[in-house]
Amino acid sequence: MPAQDTAIARLVDHIESARARGAALAIYGGGTKSFYGEPPRGEPVRLSELTGVSSYEPSELVVTARAGTPLRELESVLAEKGQCLPFEPPRFSTGGTVGGMVAAGISGPSRAALGSVRDYVLGVTLLNGRGELVTFGGQVMKNVAGYDVSRLMVGSWGVLGILCEVSLKVLAARPAAATLRFDRDESDALAELARWRALPLPVHSTAWHEGRLYVRLAGARAAVQSACDQLAGAELAAAEADAWWESLRDHTHPFFKPAESELAMGECLWRISVPATAAAFDLSGRHLVEWGGAQRWWRTRAPAEAVRRAADRAGGHATLVRAADKSPGAFSRVPEPLLRIHRSLKDAFDPDRIFNPGRLYADL
Amino acid sequence: MSLTASPDESNAAQHNVRQAEVSAALARVLPRSAILTRREETAPYECDGLTAFRATPMIVVLPETETELAATLRVCRELGVPVVARGAGTGLSGGALPHRAGVTLSLAKFNKIVKVDPRSCTATVQCGVRNLAISEAAAPYGLYYAPDPSSQIACTIGGNVAENSGGVHCLKYGMTLHNVLRVRGFTALGEPVEFGSEALDAAGLDLLAIVIGSEGMLAITTEVTVKLVPKPELARCIIASFPTIESAGNAVANVIACGIIPAGLELMDRRMTEVAENFVHAGYDLSAAALLLCESDGTPEEVEEEIAAMTQVLTESGASRIEVSRDEAQRLKFWSGRKSAFPASGGISPDYMCMDSTIPRRHLARMLLAIQAMEVKHGLRCVNVFHAGDGNLHPLILFDANDPEQFKRCERFGADILEASLELGGTVTGEHGVGVEKLNSMCVQFSQAEREQFLAIKRAFDPEELLNPGKVIPTLARCAEYGRMLIHRGMLPFPDLPRF
Repeated sequence: MPAQDTAIARLVDHIESARARGAALAIYGGGTKSFYGEPPRGEPVRLSELTGVSSYEPSELVVTARAGTPLRELESVLAEKGQCLPFEPPRFSTGGTVGGMVAAGISGPSRAALGSVRDYVLGVTLLNGRGELVTFGGQVMKNVAGYDVSRLMVGSWGVLGILCEVSLKVLAARPAAATLRFDRDESDALAELARWRALPLPVHSTAWHEGRLYVRLAGARAAVQSACDQLAGAELAAAEADAWWESLRDHTHPFFKPAESELAMGECLWRISVPATAAAFDLSGRHLVEWGGAQRWWRTRAPAEAVRRAADRAGGHATLVRAADKSPGAFSRVPEPLLRIHRSLKDAFDPDRIFNPGRLYADL
Repeated sequence: MSLTASPDESNAAQHNVRQAEVSAALARVLPRSAILTRREETAPYECDGLTAFRATPMIVVLPETETELAATLRVCRELGVPVVARGAGTGLSGGALPHRAGVTLSLAKFNKIVKVDPRSCTATVQCGVRNLAISEAAAPYGLYYAPDPSSQIACTIGGNVAENSGGVHCLKYGMTLHNVLRVRGFTALGEPVEFGSEALDAAGLDLLAIVIGSEGMLAITTEVTVKLVPKPELARCIIASFPTIESAGNAVANVIACGIIPAGLELMDRRMTEVAENFVHAGYDLSAAALLLCESDGTPEEVEEEIAAMTQVLTESGASRIEVSRDEAQRLKFWSGRKSAFPASGGISPDYMCMDSTIPRRHLARMLLAIQAMEVKHGLRCVNVFHAGDGNLHPLILFDANDPEQFKRCERFGADILEASLELGGTVTGEHGVGVEKLNSMCVQFSQAEREQFLAIKRAFDPEELLNPGKVIPTLARCAEYGRMLIHRGMLPFPDLPRF
């Protein structure tokens, strides 16, 4: 039996045994996002036997990889052919996997311009809670046969099934890029971002932090040059620019890592997702704005209710990413009838509720 | 003489009683004018764009407000009446085919543009707003809504959400899924619900992703917030002629492989080109076996770079003639034949059936040759015009629906195309949806466990299965029957279809 089939068979055995024993399973890729969301609970299920790029057709812009494939391996396979994952998934530490990338559904700095993990998922093969190996979507660009289950898996934090294999759309790396910096206070920066949004500029990523607005332009060489001339900011050297955007993508920028002592004092890292046009928040602490204004990171000791109220009023939601105490809930709750649909969907995929219980919400 | 009525009469009597009961209950919550029951009133709703399938709905309801819509859903649930939502009725897979014992819910009156916001580059519109009307409303701000199904002058955004519609420009700009931020609607229980948000993501599971493309089976859409994109400064189009269908198919793969995503990349075979040329006189090269239309849009600098790169790849791929549009008028002329391909085909055949499978692009040439062989096998002609850049085929099988034998051959021809697409690693529908048309093919594409998973998802949203029942997910019995038929025809339903 091929190694992958053996690995799947072992997972099916583990699922059946967990159902019989009423045990919970905590699904691990590389474990690099264990700090994110609610804490994993249950017997660890590792996907380290389920690895490797199973097919890659650069001319089709499609790659299929098993869930336990290290993200680093996938990215280097793509880079050899001048291609990339346009949504820039974060690598919070080394060892992150393709399955974890999809299950967490976190996208990097380019998300507002180029789309999210979900936008690039074409198909998945997963094991549901009945131990059935099922495939949805496929390896083609357009596919509307049946409900779009593969995209429902993105950001589901493993509560619906064990991802076994994923097909992704990839793109050619941009031939040219340039990063410009401007001195702007936050509300001027938000106004500037709104103005750029409505113009046909090759904007790839934007960020604002501590009085400085950064924009990365990427695309055809001539288009990047002409946009640089038009916007007239201070251009960063290529190495400095790459280091800056990587520090946002991978959260290596010190802003994202409160010290233990600060966490102990009640300092938290929040991710607030709001409409890009939301006004600047009146919260205490420091912050960093990405995605043209649609993603705002806060380092604050403000009470969780105050942060969530601010997010809610702006039409968004807030995730408590790093904190000594996550009892207010890592993720914003959803209202009825969405909550009922969440519970019913959980039952539809995992009737015995064995997969990642509590990882997304306490009652899922 | 029997005193009991014949089964038909008895059924008709029961139907009339039921119709009276349901319409009376609806009349308590809706204005009388919003309820259509007479045959001559309901007849216009008996089919959608797939005219081969027809059924008369028991009742048609035209609510004008969300309150009326929610009340309708509550009445239907109370009485266990199936509900089939309908936009403009332009769908091509029978997704809006009425249920004989059900209510067809026409959302035509939800036609207001709520808001166009140039700062956030979004528009919020009611579900019955036409696709093109969104771009028209956004035009004063230099913005537009990118997905452009061929029926965009008529089809509604609610229907686009139901089908996850694509179009010529979705190669570069994505399908409906990639361009919708938020859907407001109602559950089968009549509760208001919002999927997604005006932010780039929402809390919890990504329900928006599964509602888009669910063909009206999970919720009823009433309002949609879409992303608008800046109108490109410039667009130019190349027409490339190819001496063989293989060289054209391979050229498509080569363009994509060189790292360019054209704004549109369409293929027309010779027969389609002749038909289109006679219809619009665009000046197409009639000596070519196939034409490729390849468009670039963006800043003038980007377009110049891309047109040069695409011209080089097309030439190296064996193009016998290349023409680049000089100005906007010529570009529109290039597209005129492609855009009118369907009506033009209507002029050369009493009927046609439009297929919609997607295959990996590298197999395009192989697939087109296989279709040529199927024309001989089934004794019917087929013309090809499609979204080559996405690998999304639209073979039009020409036939005469008045000849039942021809219709049967046409159906078998279509099934052969879909099954060949699956063999090449593709899917039975790229953008038109499953509806009722491709129920059999769903038996081939998905295992029983996968179909059961679809059904479990359906029940998670709609426990009593009242929203558009009988569409998309074939029953076990139907698949068993279809499997027997395939074996009878000497074909196995791909027992060895690779699944992992």
